[in-house]
Amino acid sequence: MQLAVWTYEGPPHVGAMRIAASMSGLHYVLHAPQGDTYADLLFTMIERRKSRPPVTYTTFQARDLGKDTAEVFRTACQHAVERFQPQAILVGASCTAELIQDDPAGLAKALGLSIPVIPLELPSYQKKENWGAAETFYRLVRGFCGGVGQPDRSERTRKTCNILGSTALGFRNRDDIREVKGILDALGVPVNVIAPLGATPADIARLPEADFNVVLYPEIADTAARWLERTFKQPRSTTIPIGATATRDFVREIATLAGVDPEPALEELGERLSWYARSIDSNYLTGKRVFIFGDATHAVAAARVCRDELGFKVCGLGTYAREFARDVRAAAADHGVEALITDDHLEVEDAIVAAQPELVLGTQMERHVAKRLRLPCAVISSPVHVQDFPARYSPQMGFEGANVLFDSWVHPLMMGLEEHLLGMFREDFEFNDTAEASHLAALGGKADRHASEDGDTSPNAGAAPDGDIHAPAAEALPAGWTHDAEKELRKIPFFVRGKARRNTERFAAERGVAPITVETLYDAKAYFGR
Amino acid sequence: MSVLERLPQSAQTGAACATQAAPLRQRGQHEVFCGLTSIIWLHRKVQDAFFLIVGSRTCAHLMQSAAGVMIFAEPRFATAIIDERDLAGMADLNEELDRVVDRLLTRRPDIKMLVLVGSCPSEVIKLDLPRAAGRLNRLHAPETRVISYSGSGIETTFTQGEDNFLASLAAELPKAPAAASASLMVVGTLADVVEDQFRRLFEALGIRDVAFLPSRKGSELPEVGPNTRLLLAQPWLGAATKALESRGAILIEAPFPLGEGGTTAWLKAAADTFGVSDDLFEQVTRPGRERARAALAHHRDDLCGRSVFFFPDSQMEPALARFLHVETGARIVEVGTPYLHRTHMNADLAQLPGDLVLSEGQDVDLQIARCRAADPDLIVCGMGLGNPFEAEGRTTKWSIELVFAPIQGYEQAGDLAELFARPLRRRAALKVEI
Repeated sequence: MQLAVWTYEGPPHVGAMRIAASMSGLHYVLHAPQGDTYADLLFTMIERRKSRPPVTYTTFQARDLGKDTAEVFRTACQHAVERFQPQAILVGASCTAELIQDDPAGLAKALGLSIPVIPLELPSYQKKENWGAAETFYRLVRGFCGGVGQPDRSERTRKTCNILGSTALGFRNRDDIREVKGILDALGVPVNVIAPLGATPADIARLPEADFNVVLYPEIADTAARWLERTFKQPRSTTIPIGATATRDFVREIATLAGVDPEPALEELGERLSWYARSIDSNYLTGKRVFIFGDATHAVAAARVCRDELGFKVCGLGTYAREFARDVRAAAADHGVEALITDDHLEVEDAIVAAQPELVLGTQMERHVAKRLRLPCAVISSPVHVQDFPARYSPQMGFEGANVLFDSWVHPLMMGLEEHLLGMFREDFEFNDTAEASHLAALGGKADRHASEDGDTSPNAGAAPDGDIHAPAAEALPAGWTHDAEKELRKIPFFVRGKARRNTERFAAERGVAPITVETLYDAKAYFGR
Repeated sequence: MSVLERLPQSAQTGAACATQAAPLRQRGQHEVFCGLTSIIWLHRKVQDAFFLIVGSRTCAHLMQSAAGVMIFAEPRFATAIIDERDLAGMADLNEELDRVVDRLLTRRPDIKMLVLVGSCPSEVIKLDLPRAAGRLNRLHAPETRVISYSGSGIETTFTQGEDNFLASLAAELPKAPAAASASLMVVGTLADVVEDQFRRLFEALGIRDVAFLPSRKGSELPEVGPNTRLLLAQPWLGAATKALESRGAILIEAPFPLGEGGTTAWLKAAADTFGVSDDLFEQVTRPGRERARAALAHHRDDLCGRSVFFFPDSQMEPALARFLHVETGARIVEVGTPYLHRTHMNADLAQLPGDLVLSEGQDVDLQIARCRAADPDLIVCGMGLGNPFEAEGRTTKWSIELVFAPIQGYEQAGDLAELFARPLRRRAALKVEI
């Protein structure tokens, strides 16, 4: 038994729903009690989908338990097929139905339906959403491609590919697909099928015709892509095109798989991240401490971008996706930190506090933590929120994705010169940490802080960032400081003051220095190098 | 068309009412929340209580998805997620629960009332939560009282979770002395601001001994006994009413306090029980009635003569339909409700015309087909259906807001009307096509 307030992932049948909702011509008959229909609103509200997800819930009740829940399933299944006329159906059970063991697979088979039935076994008390999505996609691929012979691709002049892994409710999947498709167009590589997002069961059956697979989200597509590789000798790509360098690597990897020259495409496609990062005003980004948490794909990619393309220092890296813990551990070792593998958001919060980051890149969960700690933050991964489906084109992948990353990760941070001015003229009445931002003075009070509480993606929009993660803006100074040292400490900009205070106190405690004087403060600064 | 011409026939002539109508009952997919969802408001209402769901990952996921409110640093609810080890019998479920509760109470010593909430999985595996609550209560009382109820989706829909919670709480209320003078207990969660308004009105009417259930503190429960008179603030309280009646309390029959008319009739029912003079009642309620009427007038033009279709959600639907029909002149096409408690709904149904469709339970696909055929001006439905209907060019009001917003009483009558008028007004204002 595990105590949970928030969860990073839903149950595995929600993963299956994401696959069903990604595709057309497919319907999912889910043996489940009435409350499980809440999952519909993930799609209709978070993603603002215009249609109900293609799911029929059997809605069995307590009074059915003593009688015949199997009959409830049979009826629902038959009605769903008649009403929605899908090309194929998925059948399965949610957590409660798993306990009553009605065997939806057997029941659906016995109905003698004229369309293919793909049974799903998703152990609810053991596995989670992403696993459920990957398993469902794999079962679909096996169901529709299994037993098919090796297709003859010898006549072809150009190699073709499938793009695998994009789903409903995936973080920016909608825009990533367009971006990656653009890269493949530039390389002159025809796309055979994009799946699951936008595919039909008939499209799934055509997957073996491609020469290779482009795997964008291993959490969803890895299992299926590995099976396709074994069964149809379809190699798969392994580079995730997030960031400028990774995208260039991706272009080269795809070019190799397709047997084409990457250079014309690389020349044609460009991005601004690299130049913006080299631009002198970006100097202040150097060594900014960043804490990264998310699904494995986005977290590992973000760490690389942070270090190699923005000049940040990765001070924490982790994932809730245990299935991909190994990849994240390897990446963390490369960045010189210990990987945090957990699905307990309280543990993540503790790790963020301990790491003292200046920027948090995480999920909606970390965004809330960062908001509480008054740290700048950007969202990089599922679980998603309605704000993660922006109206504008906003991919994470490809060259335009790199531009988006620069904007959305750098803008929450304070600009360099502003930082200096704050340090130099600390007594300016409009400029000190107890004053409101001057352009917001009309709002009075702490209105800007409250405004940013109401669901702004950049938690510090309008509010001065505050690096002191324990104390409120006008914090009380602790005992053990001389009056002069206290005054000197107050001259340090508030967004780094907390760290200066802690460093100085640690320095003093380790050396038995009491009370802390101005000298101690600067000794500590010299000792820690910042 | 003038406002008067748009008035429904029955509002003008008073056709046969809906109390006699046989509800339409269809068996199929429901599109409703389970009873666990009540925790979203209960955990804010009862400030020293903590709701611990004993369930699955689905329950935890439901809570965060349905609530959509991860804004709270730490909500006063959580889920003890049953896992494979518990089901395989490798871990004793009761021992595991005790361990989880220990950990929780160590971290949150401020909890005065711990509520174990049963779910679909805990019901199906027949985990005896009342017994577990008794055991934990012996361990943790008096610092923390431990009680339990079921919010499982195989037994409860949405607001029925609160019903079961209050039924469970009813057994915990201290017994009022036999010689106690008559007291009023208002049952059902109200927004704090609404509660305060009603408290002032009762005070002005001379009804001094007034308690609200649930109380804002689980550690300050009101007394109950044969001299307690119950006034329901919410329509979903069948089990809670029964439990309170078994403690001797007597129910005052009244419509629900929505709009000017509903609120007046509701207060009048209490006033009559407590022997308040007509003059005093008139004098105390007049300002509120006038304000409610003035506030409603702003929205009448938008709502009068409009056709409205209710999908089942909270059991408030008949009372809301009464409000829209009688107080704004809207035409009600169908009133869907997850469960129809005839006795509690009688006063509201009596004011609805007999020609509307009253449906209980749901086959959502058939109901959607009926709704499309009726082509109403406004569809009141849940969040799973709202956007798909909007994408068809229809206008909707998402029903969950009617449970989460303060809508009862005179001062909120205008707000309630506005909740229905706003989508219509917005639809008229927007020049974009989809």
